Formats: sequence, C-alpha cells, structure tokens
Amino acid sequence: MSATLEKTNEITILFAGDSGDGIQLTGTQFTDTNALFGNDLSTFPNFPAEIRAPLGTLAGVSGFQVHFGSIEIFTPGDECDALVVMNAAALKANIKTLKKGGIIIANTDGFDAKNLRLAKVESGVSALDDDSLNDYNVYKIEVTKLTKECLKDSGLGNKDIDRTKNMFVLGYVLWMFDRTLEPTLKYLSEKFKKKPEIIDANSKVLKAGYNFGDTTETATTRFSVGKAKMPKGTYRNIMGNQAAAMGLVAATQRSGLDLFYGSYPITPASDILHELAKHKNFGVKTFQAEDEIAAVASAIGASFGGALGITASSGPGIALKGEAIGLALMLELPLVIVNVQRGGPSTGLPTKTEQADLLQAVYGRNGEAPVAIVAAATPADCFKMAFEACRLAVEHMTPVFFLSDGYLANGAEPWRFPNSDELPAFKANFATSNDAPGENENYRPYVRDENLVRKWAIPGTLGLEHRVGGIEKEDGTGNISYDPDNHQHMVDTRAKKIANISNNIPLQDIELGEEKGKVLILGWGSTFGAIKAATKELIAEGHSVSHAQIRYLFPFPKNIEAVLRSFDTVLVPEMNMGQLDMMIRSKFLIPTIALNKVKGIPFSKNEIKDKVLEILK
Amino acid sequence: MAEVLDGALTAKDFETDQEVRWCPGCGDYSILKQVQKVIPELGVKREDVVFVSGIGCSSRFPYYMNTYGMHSIHGRAPAVVSGLKITNPDLSVWMITGDGDALSIGGNHLIHMLRRNFDINILLFNNQIYGLTKGQYSPTSEEGKNTKSSPMGSLDHPFNPAALCIGADSTFYARTMDRDPIHLRTILSRANAHKGTSMVEIYQNCNVFNDGAFFGMTDKATKGEQTLFVEHGQPLVYGANKEFGIKLDGFTPVIVSMDSVSEDELWIHDENDRGKANILVRFYQDPSLEGNFPRPFGIFHTEERACYEDLLIDQVETAKVKFGRGDLNELLRGKSTWTID
Repeated sequence: MSATLEKTNEITILFAGDSGDGIQLTGTQFTDTNALFGNDLSTFPNFPAEIRAPLGTLAGVSGFQVHFGSIEIFTPGDECDALVVMNAAALKANIKTLKKGGIIIANTDGFDAKNLRLAKVESGVSALDDDSLNDYNVYKIEVTKLTKECLKDSGLGNKDIDRTKNMFVLGYVLWMFDRTLEPTLKYLSEKFKKKPEIIDANSKVLKAGYNFGDTTETATTRFSVGKAKMPKGTYRNIMGNQAAAMGLVAATQRSGLDLFYGSYPITPASDILHELAKHKNFGVKTFQAEDEIAAVASAIGASFGGALGITASSGPGIALKGEAIGLALMLELPLVIVNVQRGGPSTGLPTKTEQADLLQAVYGRNGEAPVAIVAAATPADCFKMAFEACRLAVEHMTPVFFLSDGYLANGAEPWRFPNSDELPAFKANFATSNDAPGENENYRPYVRDENLVRKWAIPGTLGLEHRVGGIEKEDGTGNISYDPDNHQHMVDTRAKKIANISNNIPLQDIELGEEKGKVLILGWGSTFGAIKAATKELIAEGHSVSHAQIRYLFPFPKNIEAVLRSFDTVLVPEMNMGQLDMMIRSKFLIPTIALNKVKGIPFSKNEIKDKVLEILK
Repeated sequence: MAEVLDGALTAKDFETDQEVRWCPGCGDYSILKQVQKVIPELGVKREDVVFVSGIGCSSRFPYYMNTYGMHSIHGRAPAVVSGLKITNPDLSVWMITGDGDALSIGGNHLIHMLRRNFDINILLFNNQIYGLTKGQYSPTSEEGKNTKSSPMGSLDHPFNPAALCIGADSTFYARTMDRDPIHLRTILSRANAHKGTSMVEIYQNCNVFNDGAFFGMTDKATKGEQTLFVEHGQPLVYGANKEFGIKLDGFTPVIVSMDSVSEDELWIHDENDRGKANILVRFYQDPSLEGNFPRPFGIFHTEERACYEDLLIDQVETAKVKFGRGDLNELLRGKSTWTID
C-alpha cells in the first residue's frame, strides 16, 4: 500500500534536536531543496549560544523552522504543521508550536530513560507512550537504530555513524513532503569531496530514510506543495548575512572602490566576515582585528587612504566602536557600520534576535553626532540596504549604519537576484587638485559642495597635504578651532549635511493597502514579514489597514510625516520597548501606539493582527 | 644633514603655518625639529608621508607637519595606520604616540601591531607622566611616584617598553632621547630604513609635570655613567672616559673595569641577536644608583620579517590568479538557481 498524496498550499516544519544533531544542516538542506523546486519560503533558525550545549537538555535544543508554499510566504510561520524531534527535550520544548492534528516525527531512540531525565520529564514516562499526544499524528521511528543497521558494514565507527542520523530524518521528511534527494546528494558529494566514505555513508542513510517512508506504513499520507507563482525570473536562495556581504561587494564594484572590512568575530555578524574573506579575488581586503575598536579604527584608516572602510558587529561591539564612529563623522570620511542586532543589553541573548539598538545607532555617541541609518526588511533586502549604506557613505562622506538582526542574518528566502548592470553606479568625489586654496596656498579639506559634502582627498595626492582630526576644526581649512561661533557653525553644518541625505533617498511608500485609512502599521527591519502577512489577512477580512516599512531611519524620507498623517492610528510594532515609536513621537508629535516584544523571537503574524483588531474594536 | 639638492625639499617645507602649542621648554620641540630635518633626507615624496597620532601632548604632532596627517582618538592610532597601510602600502607612515597613548589605553593595539609587523615607524614619546591631563602618573612612571592622582605614591609597577616590544616580537626596537639630536636623527633614519614596524622610544622631558625625569641620562655630568650607547659590532663600553665595559658571563651581564679586560672580552653588540636583546632590555634599574647597569640607547634589536600588508596583498593577488578576477554576476548568481517562466 502506498501513501496518498495530499495537495496543500503551505507547510511549516520545525526540525528540533540537540545542537549537535545537525539540525541546522538538515533544515538548511530541506530549505534549499524546496527553494530549488520553486516554493516561496521563509526560515527561522533558533539555536542556543553554546556550541555544544549539554546533550539531551532543554537548554541544548536547537531548532530550524521553515515555512514553504505555493503561495506568497512572508514569515517562518506562527504554528507548525509538522514537528521533527530527535529527543524528548526537543519535543517538550516545541510541542506548543504544533497545530492540533499536526504531525510529529520522533526519533524514539531519543526518548529513553536517560533522555527523559535530561529533559526533566518528571513522570519518567515518554509522551510517545502515554496518551498525551492523542491530538496529533505521531510517527515513531527508531532513527538511531535504523541508521546503525544501515551502516553496519560501512567500517565507520559508532561516532561517525551516529552523525549521519540526521540524513535518515531528512530522507524521511523529503519523502513525506514529496521532494527529491538530488539536491542533497549533490550537496554531500561537494561537501565531502575528499572523504568518499562519508559521502557514501550519508547518501546511503539519506536514501534509507526516504525508502523507509516509501516501504513501511508509518505514514499513510504525504503532502505536496506546488510551485509558487512568483514573478518571472531566475532565483536563488539567500540568507541575510550572505546578502549583506554581497551588497557590500556589489557597492564597491559599482563605485570602483576597494573594499576594506575590519571586523572582530561576534555572533551573529561573523558570517559576513566569513563570506567576504572568500572574495579576495574582488580585491576585498578583510582584516580580523584584535578587538572591536581596532576593527572600526582600521576601517577609518582605510577610508582615509581611499578605500571604502566597513566594519561590522553586534550591539556589544557597536558600543565599543562609538568613539571611533564619532571620529569618522568629525573627519567626514565614508564609513559603513553594520550592526547585526541581537538580544541585549550587555552580552544579552547572543543567538537571539532583537531590534533594541536603533537608538544606539541614532544617539550612541558623545556630542551632537548625527550619522545616517538604514535597515533591511528581509534577508534578501540586506543586499539592497547594505548597498545603499555604501552609496550614502560615499556620496555624503559620512558614517552610515546598516541595521540587520539575528533573524534576518540567519533567515533565508528566495531572491530574484539582479544583474550587475541593474545596480546603480555611483562615484566617489576624489579631490585631484588644490582648486580652492586658502592662506599660504594651503589645501582646504573642508570646502563643501551644495550638499555640504567635502571632497575625498587621499594621501599620495600631490599638493593636497592636509591634517584632519577629532578636535573641533575650522570649516574650510580644517585647522583646530575652539572659537564658540565656529563650533556652533560646525555642529549645525554636520546636522544639515546628514539631513540633506533625505534628498538622495526614495520617498516612503505603502507596502500594502490604501494610501490613507484607519490603521497604518509602521515597521522597520525584520518585522516586515509578520506585519505584511497580518496586513494581508486584515485587508482580506475587510479592514482599513495599511503597511509601511521604513528602510531609511535617519534621516527619514521627506514624505514620512504626510504618510503617517494619512491614517487615524499609527501602530508601531518593534522587537524593543518602543524606539522607532519614540523617534516618531518626538519628531512629529503623533500619538502612535507601540506594540513591543523582547523575547528574542520575532513577532508572529497573529500577535500583530490581534493588536490591530483590538485598535479597530 | 645631507646636502640639499636643487628643488629638493628642506626642513622648512615640512613646517606648517600652525602655531606650535606645546609648553615652552617641552622636549617635543626638539623631536619635531629633528623629524623635520630628517624627513627631507629620506627620499620620500611629501605627498606620500602621513603622520597619524592618538591623543596626548605628543599627538598634536601631525598638525605641525606639512604632510598628510590624522589626529585620531586615544590609543587607536595603531589600528588606524594598519587600515591605512593595507589600503596603500606605498605610503611612508609615521605614528606618533606617548606612554599613556601607546602603553595604557592603546596597549592592546600596540602589541598586535608589533606582531603583525606593518611597515610603519612609531615614535613613542616617553615622558613618564600624563601631561595633557595635567600630571597623573603614567604606565612608565616609577613606583611610588607622587602625583595628583597618587598623593601617597603610585602603586603601579611600571612597564618596561623595551621588554614589552621585544616580548611582542617587534622587528625593530630602538631607544633615543630628545636631548641628543644627532643620535635621534640617526635612529630616525634607521627606523625609516627598516621594513617593518620600527619602534623608537624617545625619552622626552616634560618640564612642567615631570621635569628632570631623565636628567641623569641627559646631563653632561652624569650621562657618561648612566647611559650606554650601543652600536652594531661594537663592544659595550660606557663611562665619562669609556672606563667601563659589560661582558657576558653565560647569560649574566657583568660590569667590568676596562683596566681589567680587553675589548674583545666584552659583549659585542649584535642588532640581530634576539637573545642578547632580551638581556639588554632588562637594563632597566635606576642607573643613578651604585651598581646598577647604565640605561642603553640605540638599536637594541632588528630583524627581517614579512609585513602584514604585503602578505595580505599577496593573498588578494593570488586569489585573482587562482579564481580569476571577481565577476559580480557570478557572485550574485551563486551555485544553484531556478527559473520561473
């Protein structure tokens, strides 16, 4: 008897197990397979900060949620249709996210007495053996045992064999959701090119998992999700950090600048460093500095020398960079600062997501120290906004923050990537001659254009020798000045210079819904998907709701106030305690409503929807 | 000073029109003057010269040099010059710092810069005091120093900058002083000639907050006994009349009277001998006290080692050959794609 194939529009699966169980790899591989098939999708990896957290414990549970569909997908899904658990702790930690009637695929070998004890199951009875899971379809599989059986003649040791058990699960899940093994087989043969015995073992176990589904009667129903109707074009799957790195490379390629990346490893930003370090053939120079301060200071040195200096970190590292960012804005040199935000304060929640560094970007320096700030809304959007950060830094000779977060950084989505010539080309305004000399024929580095932007005069250029520094300077000459009126003038000038950027960015658009109405949901950053999904449903249900996502946070787009005033109520959901909300209120005196969440996990669609319905009541 | 050729730059070309604002009598004036004299002799173009400093009295230096310059933030100049040098390895980069800037707030950056060996000249103005903040003890102040922040005497054991640098695998370490212009200029030239991070510690008198910290070593009356000027290939001899020598008894240095030994029994200075440099840096007791070693000046140690910026640029060039010049479309496309018609 073969299982019946049920067609459905969307599926959300959560893979969960020990952080050493290969859950992230399993999830990523399943995601890539669906992406290549042509689904729209969104992912949410969720893992502990410890590399190998204590085995079998609740603290050690690593998860990877993927939501894929034949329809447009905006979020990794509020609830799961299927839960794949490698042990008792994984089940206990995640059962609440599973829909009633949902599927549980459980590795029964992870439910022995020891695992139950580690998972603090007080009764000592496995949920697989009592009636607590009666509301669900439970498929019990002896994954560990079957994997061992499958590889008993492989000559591999127990440890190596145990490591392949995630492939058994992946094979089974691919069978259940009607996907082929080819992308994974191809991945394995590339990944373990030099270890044919490992390719063989993993491939064999993968196939065994698939065949197990096909030949046994554990499950009688399979699910098939058709291709999504996405705009025509060629797509790839992309993660946020990868997209950010590519945006930085693309920006330097399109401006003809050298890319210098000074960085100190920190979660969740390090993958940008890893990605860029692979692209030296683009002339990319990566420098793993001794600390966060050296990372930003080296980037400033690089910008002084005529490269585009870029540094990246997460909140704690950004805190350390504050003084140097102030220096860069005093020098008026381009500098891109990437903040892949994580839960704070202090060390906070290193592997979890949050948006609580917005005000740090706006205000986190001594003195009147404005810099530009942009933020990405989705993983693929990291490409565009990292590119924009570079463009603005170079065109306006200023530090620019690019804000991402842990959710965007590790999340993935299909991306209809552009051709390089569709990307805007932009140019640095290098000074080549001393065309407006001051006293004694001195070069004047702080002569400004109509946007108050100075030229970039780099060492090695004959006749433009000059000194810059962090001490207040006289406009034009750059000489040290303590003159009271000059300081006022310079503070005003630096503020106006940043404000002028609003002439060089797109106007704020409405993502979804009417241009005016009852409720505007105003988001920034990674809340995009949940807000859009909620808005779509609310509109479908006949409510007057619109969605706008701010990508340019400082300065705001010129029309932002008009957009906000077109609605009776503005709701601002943020994964912080109300930071954009505070900026909007203080700047425009609009009585916004804040919706705040700081749990280290993104908003669900329903959390936003419920809040809007409450407002509309 | 070298002969000035027609059209060649002179010290005057390296002065700026900015008023020099150090306290009258400050040792920094002498250092500035010697640097301005030496630079034109080095055969570098003015537009290729960059002075970068941190914060402190000495760090105003770039404003007085008519070259490119950056007065950065406290302690971070090593990181700034690292990025600059990676971006443009052809520049002649000079980093100006002090004992607080380099050894206290910037201590971490300094040691990492030394191990990476960027081709940069560091001038560390050591006055053993915080001048700009008006007289607190510094990481090189002697123990028990009475200052505004240590009215009962400082508790800190001081850094030994020479030992610190050698310990961080510096490839060039020299010590000189503000009050010996000829020696200072000689060391600056050698520092510039060295490919790698050249660390020049300059004893500099702060006549306002720490006047006379080095008088024993700079005054004619005592300089002979308290200092030891080392030169490559020459025996270690010192004293007003060169009446003392130093010989090595195994790894132990011993002061001997020149009456009792011949020169060939003495320790012959070898700039390339890291082992001996490790002994030399330990000549750090108060040289005015009976029985202590004199304070060495000159080039303690130098060695050739690849510079970080050259290694990095090599990798970039190798990557271009190995993988071909980066193709943006290829990068954007990645390894697997699918098409929707």
